[in-house]
Amino acid sequence: MFDLTGKCALITGASGGIGGEIAKALHAAGATVGLSGTRVEPLEALAAELGERAHVLPCNLSDAEAVAALPKQAADAMGAVDILVNNAGITRDNLFMRMSDDEWQSVIDVNLTSTFKLCKGVLRGMMKARWGRIINISSVVGATGNPGQGNYAASKAGMIGMSKSLAYEVASRGITVNAVAPGFITTAMTDKLTDDQKSGILTQVPAGRMGEANEIAAAVLYLASPEAAYVTGSTLHVNGGMAMF
Amino acid sequence: MSDVADRVKKIVVEHLGVEEDKVTENASFIDDLGADSLDTVELVMAFEEEFGIEIPDDAAETIQTFGDAVKFIQEAS
Repeated sequence: MFDLTGKCALITGASGGIGGEIAKALHAAGATVGLSGTRVEPLEALAAELGERAHVLPCNLSDAEAVAALPKQAADAMGAVDILVNNAGITRDNLFMRMSDDEWQSVIDVNLTSTFKLCKGVLRGMMKARWGRIINISSVVGATGNPGQGNYAASKAGMIGMSKSLAYEVASRGITVNAVAPGFITTAMTDKLTDDQKSGILTQVPAGRMGEANEIAAAVLYLASPEAAYVTGSTLHVNGGMAMF
Repeated sequence: MSDVADRVKKIVVEHLGVEEDKVTENASFIDDLGADSLDTVELVMAFEEEFGIEIPDDAAETIQTFGDAVKFIQEAS
């Protein structure tokens, strides 16, 4: 099931925990993968681990010119971009009353504006091919909100509204646009939490545990697959029941 | 008819699946030829590739009819 042989996937934030697992899952299903991220070393290591059909495409998503160039670099390296996974994201948490314009803007720029630009950049090829998959990695906090994350939650909610609007526009061309909203997932970001913080969080998760990055990757793999052709504009919540919609 | 007009007409006929004789000077892509707004975006993409030109978004919005397209491309290329 879920054969992506011959498909080319661009994954942003592939140097991170979730992005790396997404790249591995798509690659294991037969896709050629373009690994994008700011840190070259982990990207090179992942590409070496994957072997063939893996390309390293460094890109700093806070650099507007680099974002604009990425879709073409990916298409040149892989031959096409059939699948785009906008996974990269940053946080700059602060209480709303204390949040600076810069904290607000940098999170919106990297999480939301770069997603918009990358979607736009890959659509031409997908429209011509009459096939495409765009999967935007949102977050549970985009739906629920979270104290200290007004900027992050806004960017993640924005990705969902943007995905739905784009899904309307391109559905007739065989292109689907969906979001995946992870809950608390074991990554470098959540490793920084103290045990007290973690147990506090877990009281809100009916499943009673953190999620694993490969559980997000499985959701992305499904949405990228030919089998998910009739699923568009949806948000797949992968959060252990922490918020149900 | 000019070479440009012939090539534009061929793209329009192929993309929108309309009869060639419907593609007249004043034929509006949306009102007369059954295009939706996304079709017009795709037509502009096809014109750009066929003629090796860039059609900026604000210019693309002014291309409403077959005649508009031919005129724009003749001036641009």
